[in-house]
Amino acid sequence: MHSSPPIRGDLTPELLQTSQWTDEQVSAAGIPIHDIPFVTVGGGIGSFVTVDYLRIYGVPTDRMRVLSNIDTPWETYEYLTRVSQIPRPERIRSDSSSRPDNLWGFPSYALEEAWREKRLSHLWQIATEPILNDYWTPRAGTVFRGLEREAKRISYWDMLVKGQVRMVRKRVGGGYFTILTPPDGLSETRRVAFRSQYVHLAVGYPGLKFLPDLQDFRERHRDYTRVVNAYERHEHVYEALKTRPGVVMVRGGGIVASRVLQRLMDDREEFGLQTQIVHIFRTFVTGSHGPNVFMRRKGGHGWAYQGFNYPKSVWGGQLKARMRKLEGEDRKKLYQDIGGTNTPKRRRWQQQMAKGRRENWYHAFQGMVDKVEPGPDGRLISHVRSSNGRIQQYVSDFIIDCTGLEADIAEHRVLADLLQHGGAERNPLGRLEVERHFEVKGTASGDGALYASGAATLGGYFPGVDTFLGLQIAAQEIADDLARRGFCKKMGPFRSTSQWFKWAFNKAV
Amino acid sequence: MVPTLFGRIQTRLFLLATVGLAVTALIVPVLPGTGDAELADLYRTAVAVLAAVAVLGVAWEFVYHALMQFRWEKDWPTLFGLLTLINEGLLVWALLALEAIPGVAVNPPAAAFWTHFLAVWLAVWLVANGPMRVPFIRWRFRGGRLV
Ligand SMILES: Cc1cc2nc3c(=O)[nH]c(=O)nc-3n(C[C@H](O)[C@H](O)[C@H](O)COP(=O)(O)OP(=O)(O)OC[C@H]3O[C@@H](n4cnc5c(N)ncnc54)[C@H](O)[C@@H]3O)c2cc1C
Repeated sequence: MHSSPPIRGDLTPELLQTSQWTDEQVSAAGIPIHDIPFVTVGGGIGSFVTVDYLRIYGVPTDRMRVLSNIDTPWETYEYLTRVSQIPRPERIRSDSSSRPDNLWGFPSYALEEAWREKRLSHLWQIATEPILNDYWTPRAGTVFRGLEREAKRISYWDMLVKGQVRMVRKRVGGGYFTILTPPDGLSETRRVAFRSQYVHLAVGYPGLKFLPDLQDFRERHRDYTRVVNAYERHEHVYEALKTRPGVVMVRGGGIVASRVLQRLMDDREEFGLQTQIVHIFRTFVTGSHGPNVFMRRKGGHGWAYQGFNYPKSVWGGQLKARMRKLEGEDRKKLYQDIGGTNTPKRRRWQQQMAKGRRENWYHAFQGMVDKVEPGPDGRLISHVRSSNGRIQQYVSDFIIDCTGLEADIAEHRVLADLLQHGGAERNPLGRLEVERHFEVKGTASGDGALYASGAATLGGYFPGVDTFLGLQIAAQEIADDLARRGFCKKMGPFRSTSQWFKWAFNKAV
Repeated sequence: MVPTLFGRIQTRLFLLATVGLAVTALIVPVLPGTGDAELADLYRTAVAVLAAVAVLGVAWEFVYHALMQFRWEKDWPTLFGLLTLINEGLLVWALLALEAIPGVAVNPPAAAFWTHFLAVWLAVWLVANGPMRVPFIRWRFRGGRLV
């Protein structure tokens, strides 16, 4: 059956232009209103860990809704990891106790895998990381399996409402309206509204950002197969290399570049391919770097090395405590000192790259790409300018852009609306400014509160926001703030222990 | 858990006072090489040793915290938490030999001292690396602070 979207119950020009809505305005537009005290927008990992906390704190499912365009909380994460070369059996970046399916982080993933596989080597590695061994990190599949179990346990799907969220507006008299566009055919009206006292936004990445020279090439030559982004499906590149030898240019110095290199090198080994790899770093790190002996990060061969995307102590140690006190420029400065693209120094990757350098099929350079052009033989020519001003041309069959998901927050419609109508401000890094408890500054509405977590809030008092553990730290702050406001009861040691036993025995909360 | 200075100190004192005392209570009667020493004296000695580990430990934590500043991540790997039993154990043992620890009723033989010390250390290390997070959900995000 084909259904065209209903025209009844749509946003009116009046609603679009008014920053604060009355109940009457929304009703007059014919938009049905659902009352629910708490909604979370996104439905990815950030929404999941937040409702997980609240369910465990004792909030029943009928007081919360997850508004999302995906069916399972890991769908977007699984898509992004799969295309960037982390299929289910491969290991992700974050550590053993970053468990989005277990707010205690105990037992850690390493204990779980050791138990399931009856292998002590996992425990040896976790006890000796990162000194004698690489950091132990879980398989992607382990993470998804755990999330599925926990989602069932907390009745996640009873709270899920599918659709695209269009905006969140303040309500006259307190609280918010969240406007959702349901999937075609599922609603009598074009929009529905959720009237709630609390809103949480966890919308993930505002969008993909291509390197400008690559975007330019793609648009001018309508070529989306030879110039690809690592966050898009690009399996055809690896398949083509199996049929004939080729040169691949990899751009970027983060973990995704490491992953893509690993795939190219694994395939080379497994299928006896002749792939040549040209790797361009914008910033080429040659060794330990940093302002002083107390702030020096390891690096070499182009890369800056770090286990996780920030130094480990941002999730609970000294750097977390320090950043929490900083404002404005001071905060920005510390972000600069600890930031920068980096990748873990994993033994396997080091061996593969060393082999490639030795056998002369892996070549890394510093450079900024001025432009990319098609060559006479149909290949790609990159004009690369190095820091000493020299311009070199590199010919390749493919270019894989591994540089990022760093689009501006205003590219996300809901966030743009929040900046324009909701009173939200930008932090020193240009993202959403949130309080220490993750309430978005400037958005309070009567006795209501609006929270945000995830990548959109990077630059706040807590740096590790865009990670499982960071999302859980945010969830805890939010749950505790909601407890202060009387929405739920704060969880102390006894309730926590008894809830943990329920988790351990997979009993409903 | 990645510690801050106050977090380290609080965690150490808390775990020695709970896990440390519990392990001590269980293990003292079966310590090797104690001959015919009175059980009460053995307990007094064991508690004095535990107190020494706690008090000296506060000073050690300053040392570890200072060393940690040379680490980019400002972290303290799990392994370090285990290996520091060597320096700390040797210091307490030396002080016992010098009779510099107050409250010691019988100078324990090496086997008894090290069995007790290792058992307490391992138990505290294991609890700090996992089960501690079960009752205290905010502890790991606060650098090991309990209050
Ligand atoms: C390749 C990759 C690997 C990573 N690896 C790790 C790792 O190993 N460890 C770690 O801790 N972190 C990792 N991260 C970072 C981060 O933890 C994950 O990206 C995580 O999924 C972020 O959760 P989130 O809820 O912020 O966003 P997502 O999980 O992306 O969820 C946001 C969801 O909101 C939906 N949405 C957005 N707008 C709307 C709207 N208007 N209406 C309805 N729905 C909407 C989106 O469709 C999306 O599904 C990785 C990130 C990437 C990209």
